[in-house]
Amino acid sequence: MLTKTISANNLSIGFGRHTVVSNIDLGTAPGSLVVLIGTNGSGKSTLLKTLAGMLKPISGQVTVLGGQPGRSPRQVAYLPQHPISSHTLPLRARDVVAMGRFAHLGLLKRESGSDRKILLTALEQTGAIEFAEKPLRDLSSGQQQRTHLAQVLTRQAEVLLLDEPTAGLDINGRKLVADLIASERARGVTVVMATHELQDAESANTVMLLAQRVVSIGAPEVALRDEYLRECFGFTQPH
Amino acid sequence: MKEIFITPFLDHEYMRTALLASILVSLTCAIAGTYVVLRGLAFIGDALSHGLLPGIAVAIIFGVSGILGAAIGAVVMMGGVNLVSSRYKLSSDTAIGLLFVGMLALGVLITSSSSEFSEDLDHILFGESLTVNSVNLIWQILALLIVGLIGFLARRPFLLMSVDDGLAQSSGFNVKFFQNLLMSMIGLTVVASFQTVGTLLVLGMLVAPAATGVLFARRVSSMMLIASIIGCIASYAGLLISFHFELAASASIVLFAVAIFAIGAITTEIKRNRNLRHDELPHQHEHAHAH
Repeated sequence: MLTKTISANNLSIGFGRHTVVSNIDLGTAPGSLVVLIGTNGSGKSTLLKTLAGMLKPISGQVTVLGGQPGRSPRQVAYLPQHPISSHTLPLRARDVVAMGRFAHLGLLKRESGSDRKILLTALEQTGAIEFAEKPLRDLSSGQQQRTHLAQVLTRQAEVLLLDEPTAGLDINGRKLVADLIASERARGVTVVMATHELQDAESANTVMLLAQRVVSIGAPEVALRDEYLRECFGFTQPH
Repeated sequence: MKEIFITPFLDHEYMRTALLASILVSLTCAIAGTYVVLRGLAFIGDALSHGLLPGIAVAIIFGVSGILGAAIGAVVMMGGVNLVSSRYKLSSDTAIGLLFVGMLALGVLITSSSSEFSEDLDHILFGESLTVNSVNLIWQILALLIVGLIGFLARRPFLLMSVDDGLAQSSGFNVKFFQNLLMSMIGLTVVASFQTVGTLLVLGMLVAPAATGVLFARRVSSMMLIASIIGCIASYAGLLISFHFELAASASIVLFAVAIFAIGAITTEIKRNRNLRHDELPHQHEHAHAH
């Protein structure tokens, strides 16, 4: 069994030749939660896309499940930030969730009974079963986000890369995301999540504060110290 | 009644051939058009159809097949867009716009060099479904089979890409490869269809039936089916209108397809407003009782 699901050493990330964040060091164990916090453009999504294999690292080393990022699509699930284009698609919520199995089915394999069972479980876990037959475009933003979360769960991956999974969700929705993450971690899944919300970091093993550089990294009580928050956001948490 | 709706096709072989050609175009365009609409590729579809013009014109000069010239035009257009957008860091919209006007201007320049082109130019731009021959039909059948096969085999990556490129890539599909495959599919559709509906009007058949499908469908497969049916109805009705009123056949087909979209859009809007009013009524009753 791998001791580190994600490993980054002196990693620089960005687009083409433009570096967004450099000198990233990170190591995650199975079942751990890493929370990336920062303002817009701080590098959170860029790091997630690099770990998903969608962006090439500019320099340094990075491995996901012992291989190059993007080499294990069945074991690594990625939730993009606000997939807006889906609003116009003629798709029912259940069709969107079923798309999570495409990584396992490839081009030709037919959906099996076990795939349908996984789909049903994910719909029930996220509460998306209530609106599974409705067209995605008729759903509220919160319901759409639940649909996309259910899609991620159907991947049955070992690493989840979630870009702002609580965006557009009310208090119940946020609790649902926290519960889902907890149950995934309990089965040994590593979760890396980008967020703007400091309370999302409460149960994290590691918090990385980003501002186009790594401001701080460590346990929540270390990484979210007042001096780092002030440096990153210009304010501190109320005590 | 029979004389209006059926006799023109029974009495005239060219009408039967035109109907068959138009239906083949409709089916091919329904498959490719579904992804054009879902991926928001109408502009590249338009540019591709104009990009064929110089290729066809050069083919006519050298006396070779117009379809071969159109195919070369499409390849040059797609290659040019890729090159300009990747090498010079321009948005793909700008790259498409540049190639679009460049190829169109080149086509007009070539065709204006000789008066012999004037009739050909009309055929290229607006099509001539009433003069389609058996060779054109064979090309169209072949194109439909290839486009259908690509549409079936690549349905999963195309669907994922319609939601989010990142989702497709993280699911293990090479987005660049499937994007190029999609562009080739659109290119092939345009090349195979220009003889029947013309390079200017092919976009109408790519977009109008598929856009109508979006209004009513709950699944992508139903959207494709609706687009196919609307394309076939538009082909039949457009040819009849053209026959009885002596109007341009291709333009009649495309206009009919656009008219169906307009009726569909108005219908869904009325339905939506009625549903909204229906939802508000119980609240109004509650307020009335409260007072």
